[in-house]
Amino acid sequence: MDNSALGKLPKGWKGVPNDLGSDQTAFKGVNWGKAMMWIFLLSDTFIFSCFLISYMKGRSSTVVDWPNPSEVFALHVGGVPVPLLLIAIMTFVLITSSGTMALAVKYGYERNRKMCGYLILATAFGGLTFVGMQAFEWTKLIHEGVRPWENPFGAKQFGSFFFMITGFHGTHVSIGVIFLFIFARKVFRGDFDTGKRGYFTSMKSDYVAIEILGLYWHFVDLVWVFIFAFFYLW
Amino acid sequence: MNEQTKKAPATTHKLGIYLWIWGLLFVLSFCSYLVDWFAFQGLLRWTLILIFMFLKAGLIMAFFMHLFWERYTLVNVLLWPMTAIACFIGLMVAEAKYTVFTRFVYFVLGS
Repeated sequence: MDNSALGKLPKGWKGVPNDLGSDQTAFKGVNWGKAMMWIFLLSDTFIFSCFLISYMKGRSSTVVDWPNPSEVFALHVGGVPVPLLLIAIMTFVLITSSGTMALAVKYGYERNRKMCGYLILATAFGGLTFVGMQAFEWTKLIHEGVRPWENPFGAKQFGSFFFMITGFHGTHVSIGVIFLFIFARKVFRGDFDTGKRGYFTSMKSDYVAIEILGLYWHFVDLVWVFIFAFFYLW
Repeated sequence: MNEQTKKAPATTHKLGIYLWIWGLLFVLSFCSYLVDWFAFQGLLRWTLILIFMFLKAGLIMAFFMHLFWERYTLVNVLLWPMTAIACFIGLMVAEAKYTVFTRFVYFVLGS
């Protein structure tokens, strides 16, 4: 749907019954790929919610004390324990990469091929840094004796929730990094400027793909906001 | 999309908006880290964590994910299902209370 036809439709709340009752495409003016990515992210939201809710239920129903996250995740800098230092750095790295991704989407739509490509690369390296620090975190905790079934700090359930939740999030980040590299290559090659047909879909490349990729990446950051709040800070 | 809109650069949002949101996210993340740094406890800690969390999530969704500029139909379809999650949280809070009650009765008092 082009913009002139979209402009004639009712806006705001009045648009909702109009769009849904139109007996046509419900999401007016929204690229189908973008709508599908949103639907996928909605389902992913439910998966992560189930993990976090089961964590809430597990943590609030143990009779043994829960390990204190600000001590468990402290890093020693010059012999002084700094609470949650690594996690804070990871949070900042992920937010930085989210910012570069948002700018990559903007420059993509402005057909600034190089800026878009470099910003996607920066995002990918941010993601790699994050996964690397998470691997360090896991190694450290495993050396300290944290297992899915036991740990030296307190309630036994801690390990299984930690590995499950951060592992599932880390998997999302890793998959995102792979796609970021693939799309950086496509951008630099000029696929989105020439409208080259995609290898799998045979459909013309369009910079909207960068926005869709961006949605996924921001979602990964969004989930981390909740994990950071509920798992590390609570 | 027709050929004309393909050639002309699509309307994008100003760079300043993204930089502002980016900066705000940094500030909010730093604030939530400070909650742990100053070791606030109890209700104050939980309230602050939740406030900073929802502010960050809202900013990311509204501006980085462009929901602020999307049509309300999409926004509604995405946000209303969150009420189901809220219900689930409520159910599991009640369940957790029951579980911990039975564990105290049978594991702690009963042993």
